[in-house]
Amino acid sequence: MRATASVGSWTGMWGIVQRDLRIALRRRADTLAALVFFVMVVSLFPLGIGPDAQLLRSLAPGVIWVAALLASMLSLGRLFADDYQDGTLEQMLLSSHPLALLVLAKIFAHWIASGLLLVLISPVLALQFDLSPSATAVLMISLLLGTPVLSLLGAIGAALTVGLRGASMLLSLLVLPLCIPVLIFGAGSVEAYAAGLGTGAYFSLLGALLVLALAAAPMVAATALRIAME
Amino acid sequence: MDKILDFQLAGLTSPETGLPSLQLDGLTCERGGRSLFRNINRKLCAGDLLRVQGANGAGKTSLLRMLCGLLEPSEGHVLWNGQKISALKEDFSRELVFLGHAAALKDDLSPLENLQVACLLGGERLDTLVARQALDEAGLRGHHHTPVRRLSQGQRKRSALARLSLANRSSQQPRLWVLDEPFNALDDKATLWLANLIKAHLQRAGIVVLTSHQDVALDCVSQQDLAL
Repeated sequence: MRATASVGSWTGMWGIVQRDLRIALRRRADTLAALVFFVMVVSLFPLGIGPDAQLLRSLAPGVIWVAALLASMLSLGRLFADDYQDGTLEQMLLSSHPLALLVLAKIFAHWIASGLLLVLISPVLALQFDLSPSATAVLMISLLLGTPVLSLLGAIGAALTVGLRGASMLLSLLVLPLCIPVLIFGAGSVEAYAAGLGTGAYFSLLGALLVLALAAAPMVAATALRIAME
Repeated sequence: MDKILDFQLAGLTSPETGLPSLQLDGLTCERGGRSLFRNINRKLCAGDLLRVQGANGAGKTSLLRMLCGLLEPSEGHVLWNGQKISALKEDFSRELVFLGHAAALKDDLSPLENLQVACLLGGERLDTLVARQALDEAGLRGHHHTPVRRLSQGQRKRSALARLSLANRSSQQPRLWVLDEPFNALDDKATLWLANLIKAHLQRAGIVVLTSHQDVALDCVSQQDLAL
């Protein structure tokens, strides 16, 4: 009887995605912490600035994008740290699947449990800033294109700092500067839309960043992990 | 001259059908400017067991990690069927089961889920029925769906070791087992179970490298000792 069947790398990747999402579901407190942080930080601005609709509308894209950036940093620290501690990272390194693909699977699962949630909750936050429905749609598209880049870039930082003390601080210092283009084009797209300009160029640039990060980040992170595990 | 012969033999035996061999060729380890061991030469063939012994901090775990390719030797090579493992990469990983110091278990997942993920990483899809059998053999009947965090230390160890009892049912049969302190935290019954698993694996022409402080009787096998 053949009890086991050999599987391709897609199945291996899918297994990692399923595993990480399952863990995210069972540790809801950890998963939701970043989301609650995002909502709280964004909500503080209307409360602090007061009901000046014009001012809030112009602040909205920047505030929401900066908060999304910080919220994604919050959860990135644990991207590889848990796997490093319990030994699963060693098994990933010794897997018969290429490490870069497994890393990509981990990043994808991380994005679903963090970035995608931010995208989905952003319309509620846009209400607080009196953004029009169409401007909200532009904001959501920019987040949809931009948050995966944050996860991908963050994975490089997470891989470089895995197993270090004070990793989360170092991670932010390493990754935040790399995220500046995403922030500029992401927030810029909403501002351009509000000013009556086209958003096509911004979305194209965000898309280009995403493609670039997709191609490079998993391999760089995989190499960083191999070095970190020595 | 010996070495040339080895390479020739390796060339004749294809990795799929031929008997496996693991060779440690002048392995040297330096960690943090300190030399842990130097110039270790060993050759293991099908059915061989290598027991690595040494005091705490002597470099047992470092040696095991080198054999898996997790740690680059300061000098020397590890050869699998005559080829460097750094060149074989995933082809070598398919032949290997490594159970390290950390159990590689996810606290939030059940032993069943952990076993399935471990097999997927090893490149195999695991039938649920077979996974349950393996867990039963490992003495985890009734705990298939308990999150690992609620298991005792010994049960966690059994859960990690359950992967070994799959080996004789596997289509690929990883032929090299590298086990770091596999007998730790096990009771008498589980120790016997594991010893039998190891013997069965060796009889199927596998190779086992392990470290152990306990002197578990693994008689009737061709055992080599390596003191660090």
